[in-house]
Amino acid sequence: MSWPSSLRSGIERRALGAGLLAVALLRPARAERSGLHEAILAFTGGAEPAEGQVTLEIPPLVENGNTVPVTIAVESPMTEEAHVRRIALFNERNPQPNVVTARLGPRAGRARLATRMRLATSQRLVAVAEMSDGRFRSASADVIVTLAACVEG
Amino acid sequence: MARTLINLPRTARRGEVIEIRTLIQHVMETGYRPGADGVVVPRDIVTRFTCLYNNEEVFSAELAPAIAANPFLSFSVVAAESGILAFTWSGDNGFEQTETRSLTVT
Amino acid sequence: MRRLLLALLLAGVVAEARESGFVLMSPETQAMQRDDTANPGMLWVEEGRALWDSAGCAGCHGDVAGMRGVAARYPAFDAASGGPIDLAGRIAQCQEARQGRTPFPRESEEALALSALVGLQSRGMPVAPPEDPRLAPALARGDALYRQRRGQLDLSCAQCHDANAGRHLGSSPIPEAHPTGYPLYRLEWQGMGSLQRRLRNCMAGVRSEPYAYGAAEYIEIELFLMRRAAGMPLETPAVRP
Ligand code: HEC
Ligand code: HEC
Repeated sequence: MSWPSSLRSGIERRALGAGLLAVALLRPARAERSGLHEAILAFTGGAEPAEGQVTLEIPPLVENGNTVPVTIAVESPMTEEAHVRRIALFNERNPQPNVVTARLGPRAGRARLATRMRLATSQRLVAVAEMSDGRFRSASADVIVTLAACVEG
Repeated sequence: MARTLINLPRTARRGEVIEIRTLIQHVMETGYRPGADGVVVPRDIVTRFTCLYNNEEVFSAELAPAIAANPFLSFSVVAAESGILAFTWSGDNGFEQTETRSLTVT
Repeated sequence: MRRLLLALLLAGVVAEARESGFVLMSPETQAMQRDDTANPGMLWVEEGRALWDSAGCAGCHGDVAGMRGVAARYPAFDAASGGPIDLAGRIAQCQEARQGRTPFPRESEEALALSALVGLQSRGMPVAPPEDPRLAPALARGDALYRQRRGQLDLSCAQCHDANAGRHLGSSPIPEAHPTGYPLYRLEWQGMGSLQRRLRNCMAGVRSEPYAYGAAEYIEIELFLMRRAAGMPLETPAVRP
């Protein structure tokens, strides 16, 4: 692939002191896709997770969708009596809604998971945690993926 | 054999929560991408990761094609007793690799 | 004398203003490069360590730590060809001439792994191009190639990397094109690649036909870029978007 042919004039305009070249941003859609919601319900066995107790950390503006760092942390004492059993991450617009599903317990000590994911396009992400008392908590984030410039020919 | 990077302390105090970071060399071919000939390249991903601590599972993860190439995973474990941590990645086309590290708990 | 002073002053200003592509990256990508336990390029370094023994490099060179400073002074003059040779070429030369083996092909995982391992030994050291007059003609050709307009977009490297550095192309900031991190892990590639692969991407970007891997032109451009980056710290294995 290569840069658009309008680019040359763009660059030359730039060289003449004109403003920014067009910035291609794909904005996330407003409504969540149904595949995402279904995948979450499959994970929770039909329960609607309540927002809170979960933090989902991801850069709001991603410079390359191939490798996006993401961290999920859940507030929990992580004891035998009260801990996080599972943490799952879902996305809206990749070909499949699942990203990662982790199983942990009191021996993890801390309910925190970091990985790197692919984002085909701008979209919403949802992290859901299953607590040892059977409740589900969640957090979501919107991510904007900018288009890569000079990629493989 | 795929190269791996596993980072954890060699020693820890009993009850301390330690962070473990792992990286493994793997293409994580999604199964959705057309190759140079236009034909979709078959899926080839790591589907599962486990961490056993003295043979007991303390952390595991199911990975989907949305996980980036050369999968990175970071999680934590309570240093309970000295012993061996075993990390296993398994996936498509019979992929399976295990690496071990010892941890001394004082 | 006044002219000389002015020239020195200008050189100083340019040197101070130079910036690695690292500076333009997001904090997340910078963190990935900075931390060896998070930098995927270190997987290739590990591979390189295994090859250093299994491919017989250790037999002659001993501990790879002895390669400290080597990557900072390539491309260097090669007596055999009478021209410049890059680090990957030197490694291949050891395999071919000294070991009588078929070298790992350019851009193979093995070749990248060995270059990354040797490059890492010089991480943090300033780029120190050899002061060898025999390299002058190749350096001049590299300079000319950098300024030559090419491709359907009819753009030179200099038009982007000198005239428009720091501005954006689409959503990507245009770096100053310092070759300080190679081979490096590019997120776009989802893997490791050489400077030549990077240059091929830029050539394809202006819709010109890239040279074949190993072409003299790449090494001449590298020679010029390394001269331009003299004194900047090496970052191998870097990470770039
Ligand atoms: C048979 C011995 C031998 C083997 C095996 C060998 N080399 Fe060399 N290598 C040499 C000699 C001799 C030189 C030249 C040293 C000099 O010019 O100071 C050299 C030079 C080099 C240099 C350039 C050093 C510099 O200061 O510019 C690099 C890099 C290098 N070798 C890498 C490798 C790698 C990687 C391997 C394994 C694939 C390898 N060599 C295998 C003998 C060997
Ligand atoms: C149309 C503008 C343009 C032209 C012309 C161009 N490049 Fe680039 N170059 C870029 C952009 C943009 C990037 C950064 C790409 C990215 O991060 O996605 C880049 C990256 C680079 C890098 C990587 C720097 C680093 O930090 O690793 C080098 C080296 C480079 N270019 C050299 C060249 C050379 C040599 C030429 C001429 C043969 C050239 N470029 C032509 C736009 C251009």
